[in-house]
Amino acid sequence: MLSYFLRRLLMAIPVMFFVAVFVFLLLRLTPGDPAQAIAGDQASLAQLEAIRESLGLNEPLSVQFVTWIGQMLQGDFGRSLISDRPVLEMIGQRLGPTLALALVAMAMTLLIALPMGVLAAWRHGGMTDRLVMAVSVIGFSVPIFVIGYVLIGVFAVHLRWFPVQGYKALADGIGPFAHRIFLPGLALASIYIALISRMTRASMLEVLREDYVRTARAKGLPEGLVLFRHALRNAAIPILTVVGTGFAMMISGVVVTETVFNIPGLGRLVVDAVLARDYPLIQAIILLTAGTYVLINLAIDLSYALTDPRIRYQ
Amino acid sequence: MTASQPGQPVLSVRDLKVSTMGRRPAEILKGISFDIAPGETLCLVGESGSGKSVTSLVTMDLLPRGELQVTGGTAALNGEDIVSASPARTKALRGAEMAMIFQEPMTALNPVLTIGLQMDEIYRAHTKMRGPDRRSAALAAFDSVSLPDPARIYDSYPHQLSGGQRQRVMIAMALALKPKLLIADEPTTALDVTTQKQILQLIRKLQEEQNTAVLFITHDMGVVVDIADRVCVMRHGEVVETGTTGEVLSQPREQYTRDLLAAVPSLTPRRARAQERHEHVLELLEVEKVFEFRSFLSKLLRRPGHRVRAVKDVSFRLDRGRTLGIVGESGSGKSTVARCVLRLEDPTSGAILVNGHDIAPLEGQTALAPARRAVQMIFQDPNRSLNPRLTAGDSLIEGALNAGEPRAEALARAGELLEVVGLPRDALTRYPHQFSGGQRQRIAIARALMMSPDVIVADEAVSALDVSVQAQVLDLLAEVQARRNLAILFITHDLRVAAQICDDVMVMQRGEVVEFGPAGQVLSDPQHDYTRALLEAAPGRDWDFAKGRRITEPA
Amino acid sequence: MSQTQSLRKRLIETPPHWTTMLALAVLLAIVAMALFAPRIANFPPTELNAMMRLKPADGTYWMGTDSFGRDLYSRVIHGARVSLLVGAGVALGAILIGLPLGLLAGWFRGLDAVLMRAMDGLMAIPGILLAIAIVALTKAGLTTVIIAIMLPEIPQVVRLVRARVLATRSETFVEAAVLLGTSPMRIIWRHLLPSTIAPLIVQGTYVYASAILTEAALSFLGVGIGTETPTWGNIMAEGRLYFALNPWLVYWPAIVLSLCILSINLLGDALRDRLDPKMKGRS
Repeated sequence: MLSYFLRRLLMAIPVMFFVAVFVFLLLRLTPGDPAQAIAGDQASLAQLEAIRESLGLNEPLSVQFVTWIGQMLQGDFGRSLISDRPVLEMIGQRLGPTLALALVAMAMTLLIALPMGVLAAWRHGGMTDRLVMAVSVIGFSVPIFVIGYVLIGVFAVHLRWFPVQGYKALADGIGPFAHRIFLPGLALASIYIALISRMTRASMLEVLREDYVRTARAKGLPEGLVLFRHALRNAAIPILTVVGTGFAMMISGVVVTETVFNIPGLGRLVVDAVLARDYPLIQAIILLTAGTYVLINLAIDLSYALTDPRIRYQ
Repeated sequence: MTASQPGQPVLSVRDLKVSTMGRRPAEILKGISFDIAPGETLCLVGESGSGKSVTSLVTMDLLPRGELQVTGGTAALNGEDIVSASPARTKALRGAEMAMIFQEPMTALNPVLTIGLQMDEIYRAHTKMRGPDRRSAALAAFDSVSLPDPARIYDSYPHQLSGGQRQRVMIAMALALKPKLLIADEPTTALDVTTQKQILQLIRKLQEEQNTAVLFITHDMGVVVDIADRVCVMRHGEVVETGTTGEVLSQPREQYTRDLLAAVPSLTPRRARAQERHEHVLELLEVEKVFEFRSFLSKLLRRPGHRVRAVKDVSFRLDRGRTLGIVGESGSGKSTVARCVLRLEDPTSGAILVNGHDIAPLEGQTALAPARRAVQMIFQDPNRSLNPRLTAGDSLIEGALNAGEPRAEALARAGELLEVVGLPRDALTRYPHQFSGGQRQRIAIARALMMSPDVIVADEAVSALDVSVQAQVLDLLAEVQARRNLAILFITHDLRVAAQICDDVMVMQRGEVVEFGPAGQVLSDPQHDYTRALLEAAPGRDWDFAKGRRITEPA
Repeated sequence: MSQTQSLRKRLIETPPHWTTMLALAVLLAIVAMALFAPRIANFPPTELNAMMRLKPADGTYWMGTDSFGRDLYSRVIHGARVSLLVGAGVALGAILIGLPLGLLAGWFRGLDAVLMRAMDGLMAIPGILLAIAIVALTKAGLTTVIIAIMLPEIPQVVRLVRARVLATRSETFVEAAVLLGTSPMRIIWRHLLPSTIAPLIVQGTYVYASAILTEAALSFLGVGIGTETPTWGNIMAEGRLYFALNPWLVYWPAIVLSLCILSINLLGDALRDRLDPKMKGRS
């Protein structure tokens, strides 16, 4: 167990290292002058020089990397080229709405997708199964922003059940928060629901063919126990894995959803940063989301040990 | 609960028909009938595809949904038809009135739940017993199947138990509520012979105590001798012959039964072949293989890992034209020896002389090429040892092409060899899935012969085959051996097979050679306790299948 | 179904489900639309007409006009060109790069550890963020967009191929090949590569679909191919400003885009069920 824990922990380090390398190279290896790319075509020579200086672009690549990674490790992610505020501060201010959106979408996903997948596998080939598969393939095929606009069109513009856009923090009361987060949460969850219900179904189908499921049935157990105690726990690992790797997909979804619903979160921040070519800000957001991704997947790796005693006793 | 009337069979199957579902339904069971009385053991015996397992699944109402369906007939448990009963009713019967043990103890228990919980479920589902009562009942049940330390077993997970222990747990679960009918589907096939013997004795003992009717499914005639009161011989979904064990085994009425019995190899060793010249083609000197398992933590702390000496100090000589058998149970190291000989595993120390050259220190494909040409291997599972995407011809000529032989020439030779192994020449263009298991093993033999080897290593090469096919493949091996003066290293767990084809036998236990000598001597007059235990555990050892009678005096 | 039948045989053996046929028909229609866009469009897609701004659909403007008075129908038809091209470029590129990497990672254990950590690193960066950053830093041309969308797709292909190689190399026929003196490169080529083809074809269709989605999202966010070339994404991005006024400016391109992705995904599922029965129901 401890050994498993340590190995996973140490494996995360090279992954983060490669993330850093990719992000570092992203700016340095793009064709042309990076300072020019950041500053735009109308920049004066003095502006270009200022950018080169602030990003250390005049040093050799290896020196740049070492200083750069040193700064990152100390938590110094630099200052915005536009507002000159520390980027971490800017990110911190926008974290709340994004986190709320992601968590709401995640909760909706698990509530909807898990039962969908289990049911579909149980009634494999039947109507329920076909319906679940249809919902899932549609979830995969319709872009989040389209789902967002359809939800707005139907529930906000036409039926007027929800406000069209906007965000209220949880601190402003649960009612206003829930009222405004519901539609964006659902839009963001759509692709995740498609992913997780499909994976749950596939994993359950595999497990339901296992000998121990037959044993459980041979003991005359109620079907609910067979499905949820015997099958789902064994099917959990691939599902958890997809929850983890799907996090990257969710972040991509967040960017779009926040634009559609005009939510002042990280997604909006990154789009604004890109349009303004605010490189330190882009870089910090990418590094931090990638770091979160690695941490979430580390946590999921460790949670395998909770579901599977064979890992626990390794 | 249904009360059983005296004289009424516990299970009565009448004209049972099962078909596959789908566009082209195929009949799996073609109207079979049999009865089992209380306290009786009925063996369904047959080769793969005979429909014996499907019969048990119908009885338990566990047919895979959407794949198989009952198309006619009845299966009555204490007079109550299972086929027409509601799912709720059969669920209530399962585990309480009828119970089942499966073939694979390694996969039949849920890996993520404790043994105790899995046992507890049965009491919860079928009785109104309270928590502490259920626990003590479970502990008592574990004790009755002779599991050591029931309390520890109760809190264990399946992976912490051995295969034999898991099968005992399965038996404890099956018999927890004293069912009237116990179905055992090849319950000992995946186990070692010594464990098999204990499990068979255990089933027998509990059956007598509880007067349970047992439906025992097996492919092994030896097991039939040891456990059955009556026998149903099945083939292609039909019952070929039914009768008491004595009747069916000594005076079989049907030709199929006779063939089946004749294919069972005798435990009495065949006579040793005369040996003219001693020409060592393969020699092992003090070969050792140590596997080291180090957890990540140990690697970090530079602690020594967990070392397993899989092979300890093994030496032997194999002469041209001779067959050496390595016998032993799982974990004895016999397969590791074979893999070391082929350098699929690197020996930790010792010498491996192929035609006089030590190949143990060699590294890399090129250096090993000559030795590998001289020593070829036949694997256990012919489904996996041929690339499903290549034609038989392409598989056969792969080695020849590597050695630089022109394609046309190699193909011509492959065609000839196919005929040698008893397949038509046009089989060259067919794919593995178009052949049966036995035919695939013939192709594998031909592939080995393509390299014109001096030694063939056969690792459980007939273990995955039905007895009748097994006999044919063994005959083929003997024939090519004689014709080409080959040396064969035959790895097997089956003493019957060893007795029939080996000149010399080496018995291994936990990586060590415990006895080594001419087959006639080792198998008729064993010196080591372990060899004796193995022989005694061989199923059906007191039956002479060739003569159809009990062996009164030990051979 | 036996996995040993030839790919061709498994594809044509039984008649496909009606949904598969329908998906194929829709996709072919969209491909034809893209190929013959200049001929079937009623107007040049960029022709402005200040007199005809935001007109509802009628006999002349089948889907109405946008805020610049451009014919929406003609623009949507032209938008198919970019989407299909990006999808094809990304799918081909990801497979061409991912396949050899996956084969090598699966066979050479030493390389595996390093390469897979690098792939994990690449996977950790959310695809859209990476694509946005790349497009923002360079000129947003077709090639840039393709590369930007392709990079995050590569790890998935590498992982798939590697998993297949690992599964296949544990088969005894690979050991048998070693014993027959077959060289590692030849084992990879003859025994391992063929087993990856079927899942790769399936994966390719999913990458194709997801690339079209990502391109649309990039255009929608305003960091895709410039507005002078109509794409489904940037048509919607412009339309959303007038969403309350005329939601069809968003709905029309959305419908065509969704239908396109849906048919590709359905075809992918059908392919998988046929080519790769073991993966049935997998995402």
